[in-house]
Amino acid sequence: MADQVVLLDFWPSPFGMRLRIALAEKGVQYEYKDEDLRNKSPLLLQSNPVHKKIPVLIHNGKAVSESLIAVQYIDEVWKDKAPLLPSDPHLRAHARFWADYVDKKMYEIGRKVWTTKGEEQDAAKKEFLECISVLEGELGDKPYFGGKTFGFVDVALIPFSSWLSVYEKFGNFSVEAEHPKFIAWVKRCLEKESVSKSIPDQQKVYDFVLEMRKKLGIE
Amino acid sequence: MAKNDLKVLGAWPSPFVMRARIALNIKSLDYEFLEETFGSKSQLLLQSNPVHKKIPVLIHGDKPICESLVIVEYIDEVWASGPSILPSQPYDRATARFWASYIDEKWFPALKGFAAAQGEEARKAAIEQVVEGLALLEDAFQKTSKGKDFFSGDKIGYLDIAFGCFLGWLRVTEKMNGIKLLDETKTPGLAKWAHKFCADAAVKDVMPETEKLAEVAKIVIAKLRGAGAPPK
Repeated sequence: MADQVVLLDFWPSPFGMRLRIALAEKGVQYEYKDEDLRNKSPLLLQSNPVHKKIPVLIHNGKAVSESLIAVQYIDEVWKDKAPLLPSDPHLRAHARFWADYVDKKMYEIGRKVWTTKGEEQDAAKKEFLECISVLEGELGDKPYFGGKTFGFVDVALIPFSSWLSVYEKFGNFSVEAEHPKFIAWVKRCLEKESVSKSIPDQQKVYDFVLEMRKKLGIE
Repeated sequence: MAKNDLKVLGAWPSPFVMRARIALNIKSLDYEFLEETFGSKSQLLLQSNPVHKKIPVLIHGDKPICESLVIVEYIDEVWASGPSILPSQPYDRATARFWASYIDEKWFPALKGFAAAQGEEARKAAIEQVVEGLALLEDAFQKTSKGKDFFSGDKIGYLDIAFGCFLGWLRVTEKMNGIKLLDETKTPGLAKWAHKFCADAAVKDVMPETEKLAEVAKIVIAKLRGAGAPPK
């Protein structure tokens, strides 16, 4: 029986990108539905009644919400290709810990960088760069967080690279200047088709944010 | 298994620490419990969890594992021959993880919010959030237990652990505020489940007594309220 896979998503969402990448890694065919977040579809509201958020993966009619949970689901169902989590329990725990770290930090701190000003923004920029520092420490000399192969933590983190122009332009700083190793990892990931086809261009995301700020009347 | 192959860095009042201990009990594993002093962090803790500096930490051999739910999954995977903690089917696992995440990100913060809230308006709004959350969890219980005693079915599992660890604090909240949160009429499934969970062999020795927790609660609440105060 053919699998029916639908992804409810919103193109600039780094959380949605995680699922796009995971599905591409596994070679899974799916129907992509872009949601209008100011006018959420009945399908979205039905599929994720608790949070009413994207992304939602719908596999043969069953909905899975929360991006890292959905990535693990994808890894467990389509287990014969491109494993994202390693098989060793200690390495798996390690990967889950770091994916959780990305979840706790990147979105919120990144958001503060481009939505605040003055002292608050300076503090956010500092925290953001510290975060990248910590992640670089964890990456070490490995090509990917997953080691020799692209894995769970790489999937969790790489989508935020599409927002780098947003952070850098509004924050007025350069991540590459402070953290060239991190940018080298970004470029390495972007060489993978599953990544480059799943995440939008930094310029496109920046233009989207400019539009959004205009609409919201933010200077 | 040699006792000093497994260590848990923790504190008896912490629900997150309890998760690790319940998981170890389910697998009948001996471990050394290293109690952190309230208000300070040991060198071992700072070394083992440099990123978050928080308990619980499970130290297996010389390897630290941090984050309570990561620890529970680790225990389940390493000691796979013992009773299962996570469900076996990917969809059921995703569902259990979803609700555990909801509890950690929405429900428990709402409970803490109620403890920290001052003034009638704030308290009313906060308790409503907690009650709404319990209604959702009652629904989740009905769906996942499929008529059995626990979220996981016949025996306690991941979601039972993820939620059950907060029962001590829930009871303290009820007692200190003269309210009933787990109610035979509003949350019948959860009310029954709570009794069974606390009586479970893997739980009863690590679930703190309500009176002892109530004493700690006073200190914790003062801290939460202090943290919520505007900066000078």
